[in-house]
Order: sequence, then C-alpha cells, then structure tokens
Amino acid sequence: MTQTTSDRGAAAIDVQQLHKYFGDNEVLKGIDFHIGRGEVVCVIGPSGSGKSTLLRCVNMLEEPTSGTILVEGEEITDPDADVDALRARIGMVFQQFNLFPHMTVLRNLTVAQEKVLKRGRAEATKTARANLEKVGLSDKADAYPAHLSGGQQQRVAIARALSMNPDMMLFDEPTSALDPELVGDVLAVMKDLAAEGMTMMVVTHEMNFAREVADKVVFMDGGVIVEEGLPADVLGNPQHERTQAFLSRVL
Amino acid sequence: MSSAAVVPKKRMSPRKRAALARYIQYAILVLLVVVVALIADWGEIRRAFLDLDIASQLFPDVIVIALKNTIIYTACGFAFGLALGLVLALMRLSSVGPYRWIATGVIELFRGLPALVVFLVLGLGLSLAFGVQLSNLSTVTLALGLVGGAYMAETIRAGIQAVPKGQYEAARTLGMTHTRAMVTIVLPQAFRVILPPLTNELILLTKDSSLVYILGLSLDEYELTAFGRENMNANANLTPMVTIALCYLLITVPLSIVVRRMEAKSGKAR
Repeated sequence: MTQTTSDRGAAAIDVQQLHKYFGDNEVLKGIDFHIGRGEVVCVIGPSGSGKSTLLRCVNMLEEPTSGTILVEGEEITDPDADVDALRARIGMVFQQFNLFPHMTVLRNLTVAQEKVLKRGRAEATKTARANLEKVGLSDKADAYPAHLSGGQQQRVAIARALSMNPDMMLFDEPTSALDPELVGDVLAVMKDLAAEGMTMMVVTHEMNFAREVADKVVFMDGGVIVEEGLPADVLGNPQHERTQAFLSRVL
Repeated sequence: MSSAAVVPKKRMSPRKRAALARYIQYAILVLLVVVVALIADWGEIRRAFLDLDIASQLFPDVIVIALKNTIIYTACGFAFGLALGLVLALMRLSSVGPYRWIATGVIELFRGLPALVVFLVLGLGLSLAFGVQLSNLSTVTLALGLVGGAYMAETIRAGIQAVPKGQYEAARTLGMTHTRAMVTIVLPQAFRVILPPLTNELILLTKDSSLVYILGLSLDEYELTAFGRENMNANANLTPMVTIALCYLLITVPLSIVVRRMEAKSGKAR
C-alpha cells in the first residue's frame, strides 16, 4: 500500500484529487473527500453539482479521469485492483431501486451471495431472510418486485445490499423516486443501519435526515466541495454564500 | 342531452354513417363469396387439390421423412443461428472496436443476401474453393444459421438494450463480473422481451429450409417442399402441395400459440 494510507488508517473511503470529465465537461474538479469507519456522511447540493458522480466513482461505476480512491485502504482506482471483489464489499442503493424484476424478492437477495460470494443455498437464504426481517418485509420473500410499493422495493434493495455483508453502504438519492408517504419507512431503515455503526455515504435531499443522522454533511456545487462539517454547522450556520443560497431554497 | 331539441339535422350522424358503410362492406363480401362459389368448377378443384387417393399414398412418408426433415433442418439452423446471433449481438455492443466492426460486417452481409445465394455459395462454392464436401445437413445448418443469425443478432441487441442500464449496474455493484451480470441478470430479461420476434424468425426459417432442394437431395433427405414437388410432378396433381401446406401450418400455428401463452404469462409476472 502507498504511504498516504498509513496516516489515514481508519479511513473507509479516501478520495484524493478526483477529476471526472464527461467529454469536455468537467463534472468533478479535484475532489478531496474522506469518510472514517462507522461514519455517516450526507452529500447535499443542487442537481448537476456532481454529488451522484462522486458517489458512483467510489465504486467505479464511473471511471475517474484522474485521482485516486482508496476503499478500506485499498486503491480501487489502481489498474491492477480487483474491482469486482472490492465492489462486493461496497453496498449500493439506487434512486430507481433496480431490483431484478425476473426474480422473487428472496432470489434478489441470494443470487449475488451464491454467484459472487459462493455461499451455499441454505446459508444465502438464511442471510437473506435475516435482512428481510431487518427491513420489515419478511412476508414478501416470495413476491416479485413489481408487486411491491416503491418504499418496499427500496427496502428490499437495501436488504439485498446488506446480504453481501458489506463494509460500507452508498446511497444515491434513495428516497427521491418515492411517494412522500413512503419516504419515512426507508429513512427509518437507514437510521437503524446508522445506529448499528454502518459506514454510510448518502447523497440526499432529505435535510432532516442529514441533520439527525449524519456525522458530517458535505455541500457540493459546480463539481467542487464548497463546505463540509458537522450538520449543525453546515445546515444551521452555513459560512459560504452558495451554501446559504441552496439551503434557503430547500429548507 | 338538453340541447337535443335544437334544429333537427338532415344529414346522418357519423355513427349511423359508419354503421351503414359496414353493412355495405358485409354485403359486398357475401356477394363475392357467392359469385366465386357459383363460377368455380368444384369437381375440378376437388380433383386437382383434394384427391384423397393421392393424399393417402403420401402417408406415412410425408410425416416420417418430409416433416421430420423440415423440423430437423429448421431446428439445427435455428440453434446455430441463435448462438451466432447472441455472439454477434454481444460483439456489436462490445467496447472493443474490431469486434463491433466484424459483427456489423457479418450482419450486413448475411442480412443483405438472399438465402438462396447463401445456400448456393455454401453448398457448391465451399467444395470448389476449399475441397471440403459438407453434408447437406451441415450446409443447411450453416446457411440457415448465418441468415437467421444475422437477423437475430439485431433482435437480441435491441432486447439487451431494452433492459434498463440500472439492472447491469446493480449486478456489477453486487460484485458480479461483466459476464456473470449479462448471463444472470441482463440476458434473461432481454430474451423475455424478444421471444415474439425470435419465434417469428423460427417460422421464417421453417419456410427457408425449403431452399435446401438446391443442393440436390437423396430421397430420405427430402423435406416438405421437395417432397411435395416430387409427388406433384409424379401425379400431375396439386394434392401433395395442399398436404405439405397443412404440414407447415402444423409446425407454425402451434408455435404462434405457444408464444402468445408465454407473453400472457410474462405479462402477469411483471
């Protein structure tokens, strides 16, 4: 491992000088970003600010143009890195849920355990059922995703990610596609998860969630991190003009 | 309805006019059927198309040789075509440039050529050029597979692209490799979408398998069309053609029914 990791031994995610271009468009302009083990970090900002791109770079769904990203001390941006193995340790939840529609809920939770982690059917099923219970959907094991509400689908998606026993969880606007009355159930599951000490990076528009649950809030705009710090500081007493303008619009 | 008492219209309402037009169409249809029935020479038609003596002579060969061979040729061609189409589709979607170019070339070539030309080139050309003598079954498999595969490649590609990108991303996020994600997550969903067009292709190949006659067949290699032609010429009668036509429908109609069932079922699961 490189020298830079030694003084950040407790880092779950360590992003250094990350640049990302889409064509000529520079979406991330030199991001330095750090999440400690067990920390919950909420990333907020206007749409187009690059927050989702940053999240998707962490597990290499988007390939950074330059810069390094360390996940649990291992450099995922290294050309020699086993990205698939690292991804299996990073749970991810999407805005659009992305459950596999041709599989039952239970199969959604077991398929990667069996194919990637090589767990046996019995063990995978046991893990899956435990996680379904955790998100309060034990009775939906044999249903197909299309028969669930959006909120239920998102909770299944969280359970699916948890079934891989990940070191950390990435959430990409997990409640943005939900009807307002379904948001609460999903946030409740995420709060429980945070309380258990899961490392979480959450791109969100839910300011109340950020205020209550986050250890750190990061405000992004125009491809840079404008301001970061404790939720009370960033949300309650923003120093930067752009943060103030954004918060005055969303709060 | 309260304004019903306004000026009484002289012209017919659109609905009444449509009804009248429909009745006129029915009347013309009935008239046509009657005229055809009257001027047709039923005795001659029966003798030329439905000679039961000739029909009974065709059995059991029409089934155990001709129908069987048609099914074998079609199945082999379709199986090879499906495999080829899948490979070509994945090559078309590859990020590797040369793969895409090769696949595009192959698809354009075999989609653009008449199946008959492909049969001739493979059946006669290969032996001239390379001195290899393929069996008729191999030639049919290759020719039908190449032609069908070129069409199916585009269908499969469209099917894969119809699966939302998030499905692939979710699979990769769970640690699956590219291949695993395609096989387990993307392709099963793609094939559900393209089942109807693929079956259509199978029906087309069933009919294209008749082109094998160009290769020159021995008696036990006859498929339906060759068998029908042979017996039509021998008897100077069209009854064999009617018989094999029914045999073709025996293959294709059940296929359509099966697909409709599958579509209804997958519609329910979604």
